[in-house]
Amino acid sequence: MKILVGVKRVVDYNVRIQVKADGSGVATDGVKMSMNPFDEIAVEEALRIKEAGKADEVIAVTIGPKVCQEQLRTALAMGADRAIHVETDDDIQPLTGARILKALADKEEPKIVLLGKQAIDDDNNQTAQMLGALSHWPQATFASEVNIEGESAVVTREIDAGLEQLSVDLPAVISVDLRLNEPRYVKLPDIMKAKRKPIETITLGDLNVDAAASVKVLKTSTPAKRQAGIKVESVDELVTVLKEKGLI
Amino acid sequence: MSKVLVIAEHDGDQLNGSTARAVACASELGLDAVDVAVLAADGAVVADQAASLTGVSTVVLVQNPANEHAVAALLAPQIEALASDYSHVFAPSTTFGKDLMPRVAAHLGVPQISDIMRVESATVFDRPVYAGNAVVTVEAAEGIVIGTVRTASYAAVGQEGSASIETRELSVELPSHTRYVGLQTSGGSDRPDLQAAAKVVSGGRGVGSEENFSVIYKLADKLGAGVGASRAAVDAGFIPNDHQVGQTGKIIAPELYMAFGISGAIQHLAGIKDAGTIVAVNKDADAPIFEVADYGLVGDLFEVIDELEKAL
Repeated sequence: MKILVGVKRVVDYNVRIQVKADGSGVATDGVKMSMNPFDEIAVEEALRIKEAGKADEVIAVTIGPKVCQEQLRTALAMGADRAIHVETDDDIQPLTGARILKALADKEEPKIVLLGKQAIDDDNNQTAQMLGALSHWPQATFASEVNIEGESAVVTREIDAGLEQLSVDLPAVISVDLRLNEPRYVKLPDIMKAKRKPIETITLGDLNVDAAASVKVLKTSTPAKRQAGIKVESVDELVTVLKEKGLI
Repeated sequence: MSKVLVIAEHDGDQLNGSTARAVACASELGLDAVDVAVLAADGAVVADQAASLTGVSTVVLVQNPANEHAVAALLAPQIEALASDYSHVFAPSTTFGKDLMPRVAAHLGVPQISDIMRVESATVFDRPVYAGNAVVTVEAAEGIVIGTVRTASYAAVGQEGSASIETRELSVELPSHTRYVGLQTSGGSDRPDLQAAAKVVSGGRGVGSEENFSVIYKLADKLGAGVGASRAAVDAGFIPNDHQVGQTGKIIAPELYMAFGISGAIQHLAGIKDAGTIVAVNKDADAPIFEVADYGLVGDLFEVIDELEKAL
């Protein structure tokens, strides 16, 4: 059984985002880039499923320009067996991303596609669900626990009401949430070993995928910021101001 | 005629408050009608609630035993069948809408606009990116517009409506590959729902343990508030996941938000920036939460809560 796992290169979690003055986007020059944290969790889960003897191969895939291979190398260093780089300089939105993943799934025939529930740059939270739709596969989003049981999986999902369990037939697409696992640290020897693992580079044309209609970004702006208020010195003072505002 | 269909979120008995907020957003599109779809096993009660929302023209009720639980793979094909009468289909950007709507959009072959926070026109919207640290103004692609509504950006519409209820039979084949197994909630309490509460008392890592969280619950009950938590507190097992507030948890907009022992990571702040008044209590005077708090108090949260309870 193969597992296909998606990896996206994003501005690092800890970077303070700066919107460009001309409204054309956010500053990315010289900014630290990393694997989307949710995708790291997806890679980790794929590896754990393999280590439990329930999968034979973990294939990491990314879509984007050449530099995205850095994140594929990270996935390989974590333990993925091989990687596929769908190289494109275009802005790939979720629907096109899902079409690409579907084409790859048709080719590789994985039993599970594991994706992060959202990327921390565009915060769309769409790609897994769209892949589920296009493939006519089940989807189990926002997973905090995944149990593979033969030809199906029982997935615990973090939803607003609590923890929901779904049983899905395989093949299925699973999107992962933060509490599913804690990704392993990559050790130096693994980084060296990862350099010898294969990365296959292909194009949208090779996969016969047309870009979908896209949402057009007209401008990027800085949101209105909350102003810091005042520090109160005592609970009495706090209670007084909250009472004045009619809040308590 | 262009119309918007809002997909109702409900639990079989009660319409979820997020629906009225999504209707508020849909009403700003300036279209000919705002309709609400209720997909349920037995949805008459929920349909009545939806029909009372101000501004709703028609409630479309689809009853099917398969709709007993909100399973995206089962709901999506039904919504696609309804969508042909509409120019827009919206749902709240709760875990319900987030799970469901991209599946609908992909089947219809159109992109989705997630987390709409402002309507500029029927096709131009603002939405947050980078945990709310930037806002993009986006234009929808040609064709039907599929969107989810950032509920914290909209106040719920009132309940002065009297929409007609139209029952629809859909001949759609539903897949058997996805089965609902169960739901564990931390519920059973009379506390207000976190996403609808006017007041929220929230605890973070500083609370220290599951046992210590009882002081947060106690204060919340005294104030009639909902209970929230930071990711750190949920990760540490102090409190169940459905209390998490932030970029990947719940985005809320209470009138009063009181944060105890929460340092204020940007991901947490993304979930509370629309709160009316933010109170922060933290023993670290440099905690980032103070940069957004209207009233900050540096001190031991347990002592502060103790004094607060005496003062209330």
